[in-house]
Amino acid sequence: MSSADIYRELILDYYRNPRNFGKLDKFDIDSRDTNPLCGDEIEMQIRVGDGKKIEEIKFVGKGCAISQASASMLTELAKGKPLEWVKEVSKEDVFKLLGNPDLGPSRVKCALLGMKVLKTGVYGYLGAHYEDQDGSDPMV
Amino acid sequence: MLKTEVINVEKIREDFPILKRQVHGKRLVYLDNAATTQKPKAVIDALVDYYSRYNSNVHRSVHTLGEEATAAYEAARGKAAKFVGARAKDLAFVRGTTEATNLVRFAWGEKNVKKGDTLVTTLMEHHSNIVPWQLLAKGKGATLKFVGLQPDGTLDMGSFESLLREAPKLVAVTHCSNVLGTINDVATICAKARKAGAITVVDGAQSVPHMPVDIGAIGCDFFGFSGHKMLGPTGIGALVGRSDLLEEMEPFHGGGEMIKEVFLDHSTWNDVPHKFEAGTVNIADAIGLGAAVDYLTAIGMDKVREHEVRLIAYALQSLREVKGFRAYGPEDPEKKGGVISFNLADVHPHDLATILDEEGIAIRSGHHCAQPLMRWLDVESTSRASFHVYNSYDDVDALKAGLLKAGAIFKI
Repeated sequence: MSSADIYRELILDYYRNPRNFGKLDKFDIDSRDTNPLCGDEIEMQIRVGDGKKIEEIKFVGKGCAISQASASMLTELAKGKPLEWVKEVSKEDVFKLLGNPDLGPSRVKCALLGMKVLKTGVYGYLGAHYEDQDGSDPMV
Repeated sequence: MLKTEVINVEKIREDFPILKRQVHGKRLVYLDNAATTQKPKAVIDALVDYYSRYNSNVHRSVHTLGEEATAAYEAARGKAAKFVGARAKDLAFVRGTTEATNLVRFAWGEKNVKKGDTLVTTLMEHHSNIVPWQLLAKGKGATLKFVGLQPDGTLDMGSFESLLREAPKLVAVTHCSNVLGTINDVATICAKARKAGAITVVDGAQSVPHMPVDIGAIGCDFFGFSGHKMLGPTGIGALVGRSDLLEEMEPFHGGGEMIKEVFLDHSTWNDVPHKFEAGTVNIADAIGLGAAVDYLTAIGMDKVREHEVRLIAYALQSLREVKGFRAYGPEDPEKKGGVISFNLADVHPHDLATILDEEGIAIRSGHHCAQPLMRWLDVESTSRASFHVYNSYDDVDALKAGLLKAGAIFKI
């Protein structure tokens, strides 16, 4: 796959016009992480509604097109879902959102930063601990 | 612009086996030399030769291999010292510049820095010339202060002078910025700092590989550099120090090699520089560094420098024609090392690096271990192209074509 395929119109659109970008006035979950290699940065805030659902979700961040687009796409997917759903989200789901680009190991970390932030925040809220086993840490 | 060469790049390229490699089916265009350089066959052969013919520990064994290894290791020290205008006795081998600054932090700083003292570094430093001093200051209750920068990416000497009025214990400064390429007038800085009573530490990681360096003329108290950025192996570098300071300093690590006599309640230290080389030293890579010094000396560091000045001048002129291109740091190639940090419109450097990689072009993208500088530049990160002896005008042309492609993909 060529870089022209990785950086399709859709990813560039989410990079330049990220959906759900911003902060919430009231939130129950606030989760932030960075990727020290790139300096990518994602913070997500979630307001939990009835039935432990993700009533509202927003993110702010800085970084490459892949990290920002994937985080934005993930917030769209997550909105309205039960918190438990977050436990089921996999890296394959994120790759699918991005159009299954052929990313090298270091760029996979960019793609999965948003998922790591989402999972860390929601797991913490549910009293669980999220162990990053999804390839966003090259040591795992 | 004339594309003239002061060195024979075609011939030099033949000395570097890795340059025969293709990346994604394209010729490797290696422009990440400020991170680490490639190695000529002479350096690789020196490592293989040591391990295949005379691998042995040094300064211990009286057998033939031990004698040969010791002679080669100490010859490498002599070569490295001469290369930077120092005496072999004043040069301790370390893992690299990071270990050099940390050695000064522990072996000099622990004894000499006190509560309430001021330490000075600058906003353009690599983390390896910031964090050790932060740790030292924190541990001692001292304060670390930063010399500011001017809009053109040079040091603000007014800010430096005013910090000197606080009588700092230490002034740590880079010879050449790994991001901006700024070459600092370290001789003047060290003279002023010394007059103010400060010990000076110069980070030579980006100067020694690219230009003639004479530590004696700089007049600093400590100077560190890394082998792997000057065609040598990883894991070897040097700290050069003022001999009276080295003599009175405490050891860095305790163990074998660095002692003279060991008793149950105390020990005495080996002579400088062995006092700072505890344990089995990195013999092979020191010998490899010696080979790199030989290789660079044969080309001539004045020619290496002139070659890079011409490449930087060509690159700055050529790349500025690309829409959205913005370079950081001094614009005069004479005032800059072989480094160009830049951004291309709103394309994130990591995305750019991915696109260029597909063309076989290796650049660095990120914060370059200089986050305070990134904040000063008001950017998250930059892309960086950096040159060495095997780079030429065709590499700049390839980079330009890659930037144009990235611009097209990102619809700039």
